[in-house]
Parts: sequence; C-alpha cells; structure tokens
Amino acid sequence: MTEREAISDIIDAHRHLEGSLLPILHAVQDRFGYLPPNSNRLIADALRVSEADVHGVISFYHYFRQRPPGKHAVSVCRAEACQAQGCRQLEAHIKTRLGIDFHDVTDDGQFSLEPVYCLGNCATGPTVRVNNTIYGRMSAEKVDRLFERLAVDTVRLLS
Amino acid sequence: MIAYYTPSSDKDHGTPAVHSDVLVTVTIDGVDIAVPEGTSVLRAAALAGINIPKLCASDNLEAFGSCRLCAVQVEGRRGTPAACTTPTEQGMKISTQTAKLATLRRNIMELYISDHPLDCLTCPANGDCELQDMAGVVGLREVRYGFDGENHLLEGKDQSNPYFSFDASKCIVCSRCVRACSEVQGTFALTVDGRGFDSKIAPGSSADFMSSECVSCGACVQACPTATLMEKTIIDAGQPDHSIVTTCAYCGVGCSFKAEMKGDQLVRMTPYKKGAANQGHSCVKGRFAFGYATHKDRIRHPMIRDSIEQPWREVSWEEALGFAADKIKGIQQRYGRNSVGGITSSRCTNEETYLVQKLIRAGFGNNNTDTCARVCHSPTGYGLKATMGESAGTQSFDSVMQADVIVVIGANPTDAHPVFGSQLRRRLRQGAQLIVIDPRRIDLLDTPHTAHALHLPLQPGTNVALINALAHVVVTEGLEARDFIAARCADDSYQQWRAFISDPIHAPEHVVDQTSVDPTAVREAARQYALAPNGAIYYGLGVTEHSQGSTMVMGIANLAMATGNIGREGVGVNPLRGQNNVQGSCDMGSFPHELPGYQHVSDDLARRRFEAAWGVELDNEPGLRIPNMFDAALAGHFKGLYVQGEDIAQSDPNTQHVESALRALDCLIVQDIFLNETAKFAHVLLPGSTFLEKNGTFTNAERRINRVRKVMPPLAGLEDWQVTCALSKALGYPMHYEHPSDIMAEIASLTPSFHGVSYEKLEQQGSIQWPCNERSPNGTPVMHTEDFPIGLGRFAITRFVATEERSSRRFPLLLTTGRILSQYNVGAQTRRTKNQQWHEEDLLDIHPSDAQLRGVKDGDWLGIQSRAGQTVLRARITSRIQPGVVYTTFHHPFSGANVITTDNSDWATNCPEYKVTAVQVEKVSQPSLWQQQAQDFDKQQQALKRQRARVSEV
Ligand code: SF4
Ligand code: SF4
Ligand code: SF4
Ligand code: FES
Ligand code: FES
Repeated sequence: MTEREAISDIIDAHRHLEGSLLPILHAVQDRFGYLPPNSNRLIADALRVSEADVHGVISFYHYFRQRPPGKHAVSVCRAEACQAQGCRQLEAHIKTRLGIDFHDVTDDGQFSLEPVYCLGNCATGPTVRVNNTIYGRMSAEKVDRLFERLAVDTVRLLS
Repeated sequence: MIAYYTPSSDKDHGTPAVHSDVLVTVTIDGVDIAVPEGTSVLRAAALAGINIPKLCASDNLEAFGSCRLCAVQVEGRRGTPAACTTPTEQGMKISTQTAKLATLRRNIMELYISDHPLDCLTCPANGDCELQDMAGVVGLREVRYGFDGENHLLEGKDQSNPYFSFDASKCIVCSRCVRACSEVQGTFALTVDGRGFDSKIAPGSSADFMSSECVSCGACVQACPTATLMEKTIIDAGQPDHSIVTTCAYCGVGCSFKAEMKGDQLVRMTPYKKGAANQGHSCVKGRFAFGYATHKDRIRHPMIRDSIEQPWREVSWEEALGFAADKIKGIQQRYGRNSVGGITSSRCTNEETYLVQKLIRAGFGNNNTDTCARVCHSPTGYGLKATMGESAGTQSFDSVMQADVIVVIGANPTDAHPVFGSQLRRRLRQGAQLIVIDPRRIDLLDTPHTAHALHLPLQPGTNVALINALAHVVVTEGLEARDFIAARCADDSYQQWRAFISDPIHAPEHVVDQTSVDPTAVREAARQYALAPNGAIYYGLGVTEHSQGSTMVMGIANLAMATGNIGREGVGVNPLRGQNNVQGSCDMGSFPHELPGYQHVSDDLARRRFEAAWGVELDNEPGLRIPNMFDAALAGHFKGLYVQGEDIAQSDPNTQHVESALRALDCLIVQDIFLNETAKFAHVLLPGSTFLEKNGTFTNAERRINRVRKVMPPLAGLEDWQVTCALSKALGYPMHYEHPSDIMAEIASLTPSFHGVSYEKLEQQGSIQWPCNERSPNGTPVMHTEDFPIGLGRFAITRFVATEERSSRRFPLLLTTGRILSQYNVGAQTRRTKNQQWHEEDLLDIHPSDAQLRGVKDGDWLGIQSRAGQTVLRARITSRIQPGVVYTTFHHPFSGANVITTDNSDWATNCPEYKVTAVQVEKVSQPSLWQQQAQDFDKQQQALKRQRARVSEV
C-alpha cells in the first residue's frame, strides 16, 4: 500500500465522524509517526476544506509533527512539581546540548524535543522521557550521559 | 475635463449590517440611537457618529473580538465588554470614553507597538494605517517594554505575488486577512499558523503566497489595517491624492472601483464598497491588472497605409479620418451601398456602441452592423426573447442569496465571473444545494466548507438532450408548478410542449446514450430543482456556443417556467455575460436586425422614430451578420469594414477563413488600443482609449447600468465616441454631442426600456437596472414579477439534434474551450500585465487514460487536428475532464485555438460552436504550419509598425 492509499484509507475510516479532522490527523500521525507532506491536501479535499484550514489546525496543536520525529523522542516535563525541582534549567541545558528548540528535530535526525505537562512521576522530578522510558531525578550530567549512550547505541546498531 | 466624483461616505461601521424589523434604542455617551435588533454596540456607535477605537473589526467581516481595543462600559454590567461582539439591547446605556477605558486602550496599544517596527515615517502605509491612527486616538506616548524582548521585527518579506507584498514584521495578527479570504473571497487560503506569541499569518503550509491556494483577489490586502499586506504600486508611488469611482472593464460582473490617483497617474484600484454589483469585492483582473493602460505597446497616433504589405504612416487625426472616409465612399460608389459595414464592441461603452451602429445605419446607410456578442450570447437574446419576451437575465446578483437550489450550466463563475463566484460560494456555505451541468469538474464543485454538490458531467454537444431529460422528469413525475403555468404561460404552447416533452424518448434512461450522464443523478437533479422553494439557473457560454445554443436557452426557460422559478427573488434564468458590456452592446442595437432596445428594423413605427431623430431614411431589411460579412468579402462584394475594439481575427472561429476574408477587404478600419491580430490586416488604425480615459456607461449581466468615469486624458487625444463622431463627420453625416450624457439622453428618448435613464439619475442612485421607465422609475432588479413583456410566457419545442461535429475514427476526441481567472479573453490586456505569471501559455488538458493511450506525458507538445486546421499546444494531464474530451483556453494568439474550431454555428443566430470540435491529438516536435506562418506574419507587421513614418518627421 502506498502512503497515499494508506492516508486515503484512514480518511475513509473516519470521515463520517462529526468533526473528523482531529481524529484523522491523529490516526495519520499514529500510523506514520508524523503527518507526511501530501496528507494536508488529501485531507483537505476529502473534508471539503482548504489546505490552509488543515494547516491552521495542525500548527495550533504542538502534538502534530510535520517532520518525522527524531530517532529518540525526548520529552521534558514542565509541570509544577518538576518546576519546583528546577526543570527549567534542565530544559535550557537540553536545548543547548541538542541545539534545538521544542518541537524540533536535530539535523542528524537523532533527537526530537517536546515539552510535556506531568508524566505522573512527580515525586522524583525533574522528569524526562525518552521514547517510552521515564527517567527521574535528572540532572544536566545525567542527561548528557544518557544522550551520549543513546547516540552510541545507534552508531553500534548501524555499523 | 475630468469631473471628480467624490464618493459619499464609505465609512467602515465596524460590523456588518443586520436586517431586522425590530428596532432597539440604546444610549451611547448620552446620544440615543435606534438600530435593528442584533446590531453590535460598535456599529450602533458608528451610526450615531461615535467612533470607538478598533483594530480587528471591519464591516465586511463577522466580528471576532480579538484586539479588545473597542472595549466599552455598559451601565449595570461588570467589566469592559468588546463593542464589536456585544449586541445592543433595548435601553442599554453605554460609555465609550472613560478614564478606565483610556488606560486599558493605551495599555493594549503599548503591547502592540512594543512588537512593531517604529518606522512610521518611511512606512508605505504612512497616512493610511489604522494602527498609526489608533495609537494617535488612544494617546499613546511611551512604550515601557522596550524593543529588546522577544519580538517579530526581523521576520522576512514575502514578495512572491507580483502585485502585493507581505511584510510579517508589521503584522499584528488581527486575522482580518484570514477572515477576508474566507468570508469575502471564499478561498480560505490563509490561516493563523501556531498559537500564542508564536502565531503568525501563513498561506497554509506553502512557502509563499504565490505557491499557495491564493487567487490574488486582493481582499486580504484591503482588509489589512497595517502595512503588512500592501500593494506594490503604493510602496513604489506613495499614497494617492484623490479618487474617482468607475467601473471595471473586464467581465460582465461590472465591479465598481475607486480609481485612486496621484495627479494623472493611477496608483491603485480599490473595490468600491457601495458598488451594487460587487459590494467592495474584486478579482485579480479589475483590482490589479490595469498596467496595460500605460503599456508601451499602446497605439498613440492614427496610422494609415494603402496595403497591408506597406509600412504604416503616422498621420494627424484629420488625415486619417479623411483617408478612411474617402475609402468608404469610394467603395460604396463602386460596389454599392451595402458593400461596407461595421462591428461594435462589447468592451466599449453603451454610448460608443450606440454611435457606431448609428454611424452604420445612418452614415453608411445600411444595417450591416454586428457585434462580438454574435460569438457569445446571441442565442441568449434569441432564446429568452422567444420564450419570455426580453433578451436579458431576470435577476440581480444579490438574488442568489435567496436561492435554495442553484443550477450552474456551462459556466465557470470562480474563473470567469469571480466576484459573483465568491457570492455564490457564500450562499453555498449557508447551505444552498449546487447542481453543476458541465463536461468539466469546475472548481465551484470543490467549494470549501460546503456540502457535496451534484455534478452531471455530460458529453459536449448534448446540452439539449440533458435539459429535455430534466424537463421530462419534472413533467412525468408531476413536479410542475401548475398554478404558475396556468396564470403566467400561454396554454396552447404549454399543452404542445407538455405532449412533446412527455415522450419517453426524453427520459434520462433513454438519453444516457447521448449524454452519458447517470439517469438517477438526472432524476435527482430535476427533483431538487423543481421542489426547491427557490431554484435558480445560471449559465454561460457552455450553453450558447453550440449548434443548438438558442434551443438550449429556450430549454432552460421552459424548465424555469414549468417549475415556476421566475418572477421573484432567489429564482430566475441568469446568463453570466462574459464581457463588461456585452449586455449593453446588445441593448444598443448592435445586431443587424434590431435597432436599440431590441426594436426590429422592420417595425415601421419604431424605425420612423429613429428616422425622425436621425434625419435619414433607414433600411427596413436586416443587414449582414459577421459570418455573412466574411463570406461576402470572400465572394468579392463586401469591401469595407469598421471595427471598434474587437479582435475578430483571434476571437472568431476558423481563423484561416477569417484571415482570408480580412485580406479580401479594400479598407479595414480598426479602432483599438493595441496593434491586435485584426489590426495586422488593417489600412487605417485609429487609437482607442481605455476605460480609464473616457466617460460613459457599461451595462453588466444583471442589466445594471454603471458609470464609467474618466480619470486620465486619452493617450491619443480623443475618447472613442469622439472618434466615431469625427469619422461620421468626415463621411458627411455630422453628429453633435458635447458629452456622453447627451448620447444617453438620445438613447433614452428612443428606447422604451431606457426612458427613465439619465446621467443625473445615475449620479443619484449610483446605478440603474433597466427597464427603467414610467412603469419602474428607479429600475427593475427582478424581471417578470407580474407578467412577461409578451404577456404570457411561451414554451418552446426543443428537439435535440446532435451536432454534426461528432467524434469519429479520424477525430476521436471532443475539444471544448474555456477561460481562466487571471487572463481575459484574447488576452490583449492581461497579457500586458503581470497576470502573465499565472498563465504564460494555453495548455491542452487531457485525461490520463487518453494520454496513456497516446503515450503522452505532462508537458509534451501535442498536435491537435480538426477538419478546419491544426495547431500545437503543450499537454497537461488532469482528471478534471472526462475521457474522450480535451480542453483548452484561448488567451494567447499563437495558441491558435480558433484555428481548429470550425464554422459550425447556432441555427438561429450563427453563434459559433466553440464548445465542440472533433479532434485528433498526437505527439509532435514543433509548432504547426499555421503557428509558424502566424509568427512570421506577426514579425512582419511589428516591423511595419516600427518602420512607421512619423508625421512630425516628414
Ligand atoms: S489575495 Fe485573495 S485569495 Fe489571496 S490570500 Fe488574499 S484574500 Fe485570499
Ligand atoms: S496581515 Fe494584516 S490583516 Fe492579516 S493579521 Fe496581519 S495585520 Fe492583520
Ligand atoms: S469580477 Fe469582473 S468586473 Fe469584477 S473585478 Fe473581476 S473582472 Fe472586473
Ligand atoms: S510534574 Fe513532572 S512528572 Fe508530574
Ligand atoms: S475591534 Fe472589537 S475586539 Fe477588535
């Protein structure tokens, strides 16, 4: 099945729903990990809205990504408990270390960075999640080591 | 003399008008005012002359309430509600100026300005910026935040659109542009990207405006309160110093514009809010494509030559007119009175058209007058007159806002009548049902935010079979409007028609062999239209330009009468007129058989009135139609032709036939603004004036007479009507007019449907929809409300006769033609503007399956062969058209679309069958022989123009 066909199938499965745009976007992102470039047009045509309409919704929700996520999806908690533990400084450190802002992907495609609001790990903040693993009591040093290890893992896998 | 017309107030009242019979009274700053229930506080205040500061509101957009600058205080309520989103309530007491509000507003402005470049003095919007105005109004004196926080000051500019730029650093994200694109234009090309501080305006996910869905209508530019969206002409020239209201000279919508001037230079065309046809909206042509008026190719001096191989000689007006008059007189002496004729223009004013036919009838002494409407809407005149008694559409554009089912046949309003297209889309968004009868999948079918429409994609050339099938369903399923028919239609004609149309040969299941349209869809469409409270039909050249064009128009009238969809708002039969004044040129007596006001030349009473007024005897026999003129020229007894503002060599079918006819003339007088294709065969070239250079009137598709006002002097010294007067004088038939208003006075006195029309009334009312006479002194928005001009409506028998132009083994495809938004007809004007950037060449649209069959890829050169000729175009593969059909536009002369169209034509009016030509298509490597010859001829004629000897130099 081509990407196009897959998107069309997803649209067909949801288009009967009231307010079907969000469910469709979610389903497409679940399937591909992001919203492939020509999905806007296909969705717009199917729902009889404009391409800009779809784009407006996508850009409103940070959750939707228009580029494939990094190999390692890093989320930093910004909610209250973690803030009390100094997550803001950690956040700044991670941004500098990776050289990207929130909602961005590093040029080598290794890391992407998102904010989250509470990962249910409040007792042991600051909390960082990489892909599906949650790490508590994170510090700048720990983060550096974690990222190094992850990057090396990838290299090892590749070679 | 240039008469300045200062528009009366077109003040922005902040939110749209509300219609309600219930009035509520409120007190604003101590002033009592009664307004329709539902009116916003902002609008009520504006109506009371109280200006509440505002930034995100405008009275052509729904209120949005985002800037909060319009905050007010209401007695007995807490807080400071936004005036734009707060509806008035009976007894409300509102304060718009208090200390609290002043502080609040100043704080808001301070926030805006802290993220805004402080370069007002060098800003292109200086003097026309609402942000600047509001800073002044709220008394902003300092900005405490400084400019070193996070800001947008370094955002880049998007210069991709040729006519306007987008400077994001100046954007205040009021979203007026987004709402204008959605609510006014209906394209939905813009969006707010992101949210919060990061939000910015974006043309969807496209890199820039030019590559987005934007159609460059300019609505967003007009809506923008800052310099963010700005016309490039204003950036270059600065703000205008005065403005004059006039009418667009492109299409039959007839939009009103403020021509904004700096001295005698036109710097901007802004759609005029009080224009009844457009209500402040415009399209890319009228709004931006006016650069042709000052293009270097304009003809600046009269020119003459004895033969078309000679170089032109630039001469004085006097000499050129004397030369022309001598030639015409010489020809008439030698070949007889009927050996000359003329063609009026649907691009010129009513007054000018009237004069040309008068010159022919009274000066030449024959009825050999015809007009370009011959090749577009002549069947409309014939068909509507035969059934309903008047050669015109029945409604105002506004009527569509009350239609429930809208049938669009052979028309493409979003491209060809864009401002009406936007209005139509607005109605569809409100929930009206759309039915499209067209071989192509037109854009209207994909209108954003509307329900699915019904598309009946018929085979080209089978219109009549389809309209009969619709009528058959109406009659056999008992959906007729019996009361309407009994009261308003002639019973004998109805009974005959009913018997005819009930015959099962008209059943959708039977005609599917010809139309290839799904019978259930046909039945569904017929039911929807017949059962709708209000059903309206809009049609275009896809109806008229067929061998059965007139039959189809009558078929449409039959259907409308049978379902009672005539004579009130929201219904009707509406031809969408192509050219700005095609309605007017028909009204003004351009046709060989009709004097002004559709009075037949054989009608003695009418003719005598004209004879008395013109002081000559008039011929009571109809003269030659355009195709007859060509045939007579080739046969050697038609020798002289006066053509005003029409390019018959490019626009008429079977180009090679037309060209040989033109070569056979002894004297061809062309009056035009450019050396057009026809002028290349001319002996006398009289410089024409653009709509900006003259006074007069145009009549749009809703019979609305609009004023055209002179904003700059004619380039060659004379307005077109003055040229015709001078030619007439040289021929020995002097005409005496000081001003076009004198001509209109004469028209009004001789034409019953114009009796009440005068320039005075036009100044008072802004525009007038004819008939305007004793019966309806202010004009007639909806026709046939009480009865038809012929008393009872007459059903016509509309037998389907398949065109001879059928696909065959040799020519297996059917070619149909159309036009696009950015170019206008033969393109003489739009090709000389930056609109070129949207459509540099005509392409041949071909369905993927037909392309595959022939091994054609996108962009391949394709030879297109019909029995009339051959041309070459590049291929564009698209499934907008059906298999078996190919499609092209005709905006570029060397495309030669009309080299392949044949001389088949409508049986009643000779309107050419542009919309169906059987062709074969194959891959080729070079332009056709005709294209090569045409380009050589063009080079030769351009050289002859360059070599012209100047009066001043000899
Ligand atoms: S120019 Fe017209 S179509 Fe283009 S973005 Fe502006 S409003 Fe929309
Ligand atoms: S571009 Fe103009 S109209 Fe659009 S949001 Fe910015 S300031 Fe408002
Ligand atoms: S819609 Fe027609 S009349 Fe209006 S601006 Fe466009 S071309 Fe001119
Ligand atoms: S606040 Fe960070 S995990 Fe709950
Ligand atoms: S004008 Fe009312 S909120 Fe902007």
